[in-house]
Amino acid sequence: MIRVVLPYHLRTLAGVGREVELQIDGPTTQRALLDALEARYPMLRGTIRDHVTLQRRGFIRFFAVGRDLSHEPPDAPLPDEVATGAAPFMVVGAIAGG
Amino acid sequence: MSGVRVLVGTRKGAFILTSDARREQWDISGPHFAGWEIYHVNGSPVDPNRLYASQSSGWFGQLIQRSDDGGKTWEPVDNKFVYDGVPGTHQWYDGTQHPWEFKRVWRLQPSLTDPDTVYAGVEDAALFRSKDGGKSWQELPGLRAAKGHLWQPGAGGMCLHTIVLDPGNPNRIFIAISAAGAFRTDDAGETWRPVNRGLRIDYELPDAAAEVGHCVHSIAMHPARPDVLFMQKHWDVMRSDDAGEMWHEVSGNLPSDFGFPIAVHAHEPNTVYVVPIKSDSEHFPPDGKLRVYRSRTGGDEWEALTKGLPQSDCYVNVLRSALAIDALDSCGVYFGTTGGQVYASADSGDSWAPIVRDLPSVLSVEVQTLP
Repeated sequence: MIRVVLPYHLRTLAGVGREVELQIDGPTTQRALLDALEARYPMLRGTIRDHVTLQRRGFIRFFAVGRDLSHEPPDAPLPDEVATGAAPFMVVGAIAGG
Repeated sequence: MSGVRVLVGTRKGAFILTSDARREQWDISGPHFAGWEIYHVNGSPVDPNRLYASQSSGWFGQLIQRSDDGGKTWEPVDNKFVYDGVPGTHQWYDGTQHPWEFKRVWRLQPSLTDPDTVYAGVEDAALFRSKDGGKSWQELPGLRAAKGHLWQPGAGGMCLHTIVLDPGNPNRIFIAISAAGAFRTDDAGETWRPVNRGLRIDYELPDAAAEVGHCVHSIAMHPARPDVLFMQKHWDVMRSDDAGEMWHEVSGNLPSDFGFPIAVHAHEPNTVYVVPIKSDSEHFPPDGKLRVYRSRTGGDEWEALTKGLPQSDCYVNVLRSALAIDALDSCGVYFGTTGGQVYASADSGDSWAPIVRDLPSVLSVEVQTLP
């Protein structure tokens, strides 16, 4: 299972704890992960990436295994540790604003 | 026993303030959606338990929440606001054309007859409608065909912030957009035209005859007299007696005719309320005195309402959607400030008392009169 850590406000919105688990069929990519996340929790659509362009929102970052994956292509394979569930994929709200 | 429910949107959540008809003791519920900007919360006139809330943040974008029990519980509904067809472009600060980009929902206006039909005024300016209780949204694109390529954002963004439905004519809707002006449809939103003739412009616009480009801050109507409109413009308080065909100034003896909200008394169509603000450069009340002004003559002659309001060292603002009127026999008036106070008057503005003093900065206030 893929593990995804959500920021506080999205946990509240989806009614989940700090971490959710997802099943992904096929290669584990950022796009496949977010598709699975939004399919399981439809209220998250539009909050992490744009509805139409599917581009990451400006103040959202993606971290995993100590790396910033925010600028990786959405169809690039995610690290093995994420694919195997050894490490979580972290959706992070940038430190900005008041 | 009847009562009121005051719906307050703030920079950090929504609050619901309820009272019986005496409006002396208040129950405070909230924060709902804590930490999020709540630009507007509004209820259905035909089903007071049906509420809609616009919830947004710089991080996570726009959400729409719906309640079917008067705000006790909420569920997120559709948040997909996609402009119809190719979005097109509008005027940008440097004179070039800029693509329309959705940013947020400023106003939610439920239908006067159907709780599942609700209008959303958004930034970049456009009007959307849901006919299924917020489960899906469709743009009414005819509005942006009304010279939208000439619209240009003001400092607060190019927002559609005012939606006024005509209770006598379901095909007629008025809307207002910051720095674009007022617009009217007479065919239920298919086609629109600017209704800005007579708006004084002087140093706001170089072209006195410009059809668009006027910075309308808010518009109010009394339901018994839908052809009479009152407008708080950037500068000037204006009135139209022919559904916006022509406007004339009614600022009269106001200490400043700059301001944001405007409202009409529930039972007296000629009684109008504004909150003068010193200027567009200094967004606080003149002389540090928080005064609501009331005209009982449909404008021109205004009296200051001060009893119970701070009359020294007050430097808050009252934003365009933060003034509301209830429909009880003794008409109630409510407003919220950027300092987090919500004031109420149960006697048409003669005297005031704070319901709450220390909320986050207030963006909007609506009131429902409960059976």
